[in-house]
Amino acid sequence: MSDYTFRFSKSEKRLVAVLIIIPMVLLFIGVYGGLMQTLFRAGIIQSDPFVGGDYYKGLTFHGVLNAIVFTTFFAVAFGNAIIPYSLKKNLNATIAWVAGILMLVGSVVAAIVILIGEATVLYTFYPPLKAHPLFYIGLTLLVVGSWVASANWVPMYLQWRKENEGKKTPLAVVGMFTTFIVWFIATLAVAVEILFMLLPWSLGWIDEINVMLARTLFWFFGHPLVYFWLLPAYVMYYVFMPKMAGGKLYSDMAGRLVFMMFIVFSVPVGTHHQYMDPAISSQWKLLHGIFTFAVALPSLITAFTLAASLEYAGRLKGSKGLFGWMGKLPYFKKENWFFAYMITGLIIFIFGGIGGIINASYQMNTVVHNTAWVPGHFHLTVAGPVMLAFLGGSLYLVGQFLNKEVRLKAWAMLSPYVYTIGLLIMSYGLKIGGLMGMPRRTNTGASYANPDSVLYQADWIPYIDLTVIGGSIMFVGIVMYIISFFTTVFSKSKGSEEDAVVTFPISEPLHDEPATWLRNFKPYIIIAIILIVLSYTPVIYDVLQATYGGSPPFSPDSPVPLR
Amino acid sequence: MDNSEKLALGLSGFLLVLFFGAIMYAAVAKDIDVPTCITDMEPFVTDTLFQTGPDTYELQMVARMWAFQPSTVRLPVGSTVDLYVTSQDIMHGFKVEEHNVNLMAIPGAINYMRVTFNKPGEFMYACHEFCGAAHHTMAGRFIIEERLDEPEIIGGTL
Repeated sequence: MSDYTFRFSKSEKRLVAVLIIIPMVLLFIGVYGGLMQTLFRAGIIQSDPFVGGDYYKGLTFHGVLNAIVFTTFFAVAFGNAIIPYSLKKNLNATIAWVAGILMLVGSVVAAIVILIGEATVLYTFYPPLKAHPLFYIGLTLLVVGSWVASANWVPMYLQWRKENEGKKTPLAVVGMFTTFIVWFIATLAVAVEILFMLLPWSLGWIDEINVMLARTLFWFFGHPLVYFWLLPAYVMYYVFMPKMAGGKLYSDMAGRLVFMMFIVFSVPVGTHHQYMDPAISSQWKLLHGIFTFAVALPSLITAFTLAASLEYAGRLKGSKGLFGWMGKLPYFKKENWFFAYMITGLIIFIFGGIGGIINASYQMNTVVHNTAWVPGHFHLTVAGPVMLAFLGGSLYLVGQFLNKEVRLKAWAMLSPYVYTIGLLIMSYGLKIGGLMGMPRRTNTGASYANPDSVLYQADWIPYIDLTVIGGSIMFVGIVMYIISFFTTVFSKSKGSEEDAVVTFPISEPLHDEPATWLRNFKPYIIIAIILIVLSYTPVIYDVLQATYGGSPPFSPDSPVPLR
Repeated sequence: MDNSEKLALGLSGFLLVLFFGAIMYAAVAKDIDVPTCITDMEPFVTDTLFQTGPDTYELQMVARMWAFQPSTVRLPVGSTVDLYVTSQDIMHGFKVEEHNVNLMAIPGAINYMRVTFNKPGEFMYACHEFCGAAHHTMAGRFIIEERLDEPEIIGGTL
């Protein structure tokens, strides 16, 4: 079943390349913003030397471009590549292009609005801070485009099932559908928030909105969003990595079980971001906490299955002893550069996972909520395993879909290691600073880290300095990647376009159980809906009961409401 | 599913149950909880501090762009404070250094937590939710003193 090739149409290939290359430019703007933020926070700069504007504008485009735009594009591009490949069916290219254009237009509009300073509301866009209506419209187009793109895969899959009765759906397809089922359920809430609350309010059609309700709808979306980021990385971990390591996937059933568990438990967990919020009873927060622990289980299973797959690969190469296999993996093989992105991400995710469980631990969240610990944590997840898997995947996809040999492979292979070293240093600084009380989303350079300010906190400074050092190393890692990426894009292709075929490293399973109870999405979607209704009805009821008045819009520049 | 998988799954489940047990122990036996839904409190727009018992106080705090009212709270060691926080304009956040108090201040809602100050010193509270251009200047402090005749609150910016 492995190493076969598939012929994509010219139009499909061009689309996948566009959906990877344009977001890569936006990603680089966002990465630049990230570097600037560490400099702002340390007081090294007071305004952005190239883009202009303050820390908070930079923070907005860093968050929106990296965490929302880049990730969504990659998930769609990867789905457009791996689903046709796995099902051996071509896409409906017209629909796929319409989806891609919606996403591109939306993202570029949102990016421009942010860069001209009309949407300094950060990537959570909490009201009553108001952005320009085009910001909300841009995000809506991005989301709607991703819906259209994923809807395009459904008839292909149904057709495949009809033709392959009794056969297991390829694991990659299960993973990508899981990704987009979670995404669709989650984005319904943010669609309600944007279309019925934020957009009409920013246009002036309604005067006031309920801030707590908007915030609660945001987090209904906001936590499953992290699984939307994580799941395509999981697909690559399960489907590609064992093969790249020279082994097999330890258990096919474990992979299927993990994906179904994500469908069930991804959504009824959002209130764990609101542990410190008013107007929600603590018992409902605890319920969301319990579900959050449940959604940790598939990640623990994944940790085992992937480690077991890598151990199997190591033992095939003749490793001895309990841990000998760890020395036999292809960490620094230029030709196997993709493996470097996978393994560094997995190592980072050990810390990311532990941090996630700490954050989810109900009253322990009091210690870390909204401190610098939180960005310290999520850089170890979304900017760790997710980002690295997506970067590795992007480079692989452009190579395959543009029919080009990846250039500067040594740079591409070393980039994730450089990035990882920087990331661990930066996150350590943020996390310890957070435990000392350093707030997140705060331009510390202008107050807490400024020796001339009455708010100066001398004991935070070493940790702020660590974020500058770590952030700079991360930036170097990304620059190495970007050079390799664009050198590949602009290099000569391998031969005539007609002969070009696409291949992916698909791992064979070591244990392949029938797992008939894991072959249908429907029961799991139904359980998910039941859990969502049970967990969110009391939360929404509390919010509506315990809040009063509505909020007019505010600009970030003035305490006086805009109307 | 082979034996090692079953073992891994069992251990993972056990670990999560153990963590959850610790949370429940802290909540039930130690009475450490997260903020809950407050419905029996009239909305307030100004800050007030009043004594409700020998060592107990009620403090109503208002967060606004870009200051906490009050910005300084002076109390004797051993004070227990029923702290109510709301926002007058947009979202803010409130966390007291070295104490387990962490509250979102949200317009249209009242947040509550109880805190006891057992040692003397100055404890800063910094706004931890982005609230606009001068967010990083929004902070205040509790000053806890051994001997104090008159607890007081001082408003305005720090």
